Amino acid sequence: MNKVYPDAQAALAGLLRDGMLVMAGGFGLCGIPEALILAIRESGVKNLTVVSNNAGIDGVGLGLLLDTRQIKKMISSYVGENKTFAQQYLAGELEIEFNPQGTLAERIRAGGAGIPAFFTRTGAGTLIAEGKEEREIDGARYVLERGIVADLSIVHAWMGDTEGNLVYRKTARNFNPMMATASKATVAEVEHLVQPGDLNPDHIITPGIYVKRLVHVPNAVKHIEQRTVRKRTAAPAGTGEEI
Amino acid sequence: MAWTRDQMAERAAKELRDGFYVNLGIGIPTLVSNYIPAGMSVQLQSENGMLGFGPFPYEGEEDPDLINAGKQTVTEIPTTSYFSSADSFAMIRGGHIDLSILGAMQVAENGDLANWMIPGKMVKGMGGAMDLVAGVKKVVVVMEHSAKAEPKLLKRCNLPLTGAGVVDMVITDLGVFTIDKKGGGGMTLIELAPGSTLDEIRSKTEADYAVANTV
Repeated sequence: MNKVYPDAQAALAGLLRDGMLVMAGGFGLCGIPEALILAIRESGVKNLTVVSNNAGIDGVGLGLLLDTRQIKKMISSYVGENKTFAQQYLAGELEIEFNPQGTLAERIRAGGAGIPAFFTRTGAGTLIAEGKEEREIDGARYVLERGIVADLSIVHAWMGDTEGNLVYRKTARNFNPMMATASKATVAEVEHLVQPGDLNPDHIITPGIYVKRLVHVPNAVKHIEQRTVRKRTAAPAGTGEEI
Repeated sequence: MAWTRDQMAERAAKELRDGFYVNLGIGIPTLVSNYIPAGMSVQLQSENGMLGFGPFPYEGEEDPDLINAGKQTVTEIPTTSYFSSADSFAMIRGGHIDLSILGAMQVAENGDLANWMIPGKMVKGMGGAMDLVAGVKKVVVVMEHSAKAEPKLLKRCNLPLTGAGVVDMVITDLGVFTIDKKGGGGMTLIELAPGSTLDEIRSKTEADYAVANTV
């Protein structure tokens, strides 16, 4: 079965509909499936609920879908410095559901693993627990959180074979592996497309069973949100200068 | 003559122990990495999926795939490992991280912490802070003692909480407090910054606290 599609638009064809729930991998602008986000923008699909740790920045990543008002609601842990986001939110045009980052990650992991809900200490005694079942277990308070399963997940990987086995690179892994497991259809963009057997099976992070379609993005443009560097003179850890 | 930001970070670094796994928040907590004593093995965890990270890269060697939780470019070291966000928070929530050092808007005498939301203002989100304070073994807050004229060490937080009864220690520019969050023993002033006085702290603190014999 061929999972490889010629481009991002083809890889998403037939999978998009208005009002759907989409998961998009990435942390900040690191490891975001940007070619697939662009293809969603081109498709014109709207009223999306998007699960993603962040909402991109103005004009980059999910910021592209905010510009075109294709997103109705975000489920995120931190939306940072996105002016478009702030404007639409303050105008009442965009909903936001904040989840603690670990709760968000676990809701996605649980959804993919067939766990409908779980108890966590995170958020007990805070606004996050309001309206949720709480229980005392072994003397501590826990909050019941639900697993999430999306209609579509879009993820970014460093390498993938034509079976959909994926390998991520450094901190670009982040939310991508869980999201790949937690939807009815996962589409992956990969920087390097290889043949089965080319990846060491011990190194595969996402087994191909989770990936329905693949697209090769050999020239993926990667963005740096906070470029921090140090001078060539030896300096202790963490003392780089921001530029 | 209160502690500067760097001196507060230096004081926080005294809470480090050999072999600790530590998560540092953004701002003053990040500066703590400059004061890890020579010869002490401390691995820094970054909640976006990295354990063991090094300094900022040399100019021209930045890697967009290699960032910390503040989205800053960082570097790999020989002990580095990478993992998913779910594994990262399993590590945090599961109590495997020894120490979390983070900033705060308000801390209450019972260990309640508020640092993510001001009602009526644009809310950016809590990121990983709620998970960190719920799961890490020891939570140290580093913050200015007061915000303009407003005290930040309170009887009860009036901002929405990040965690209830979670703070073990507060380091401000004026001194150091411990909080007996489990035993309900309240807050104790254990150190004064050079030049700060008991009277000054009393006048800038709403919370009730004991004063340790050693002060």
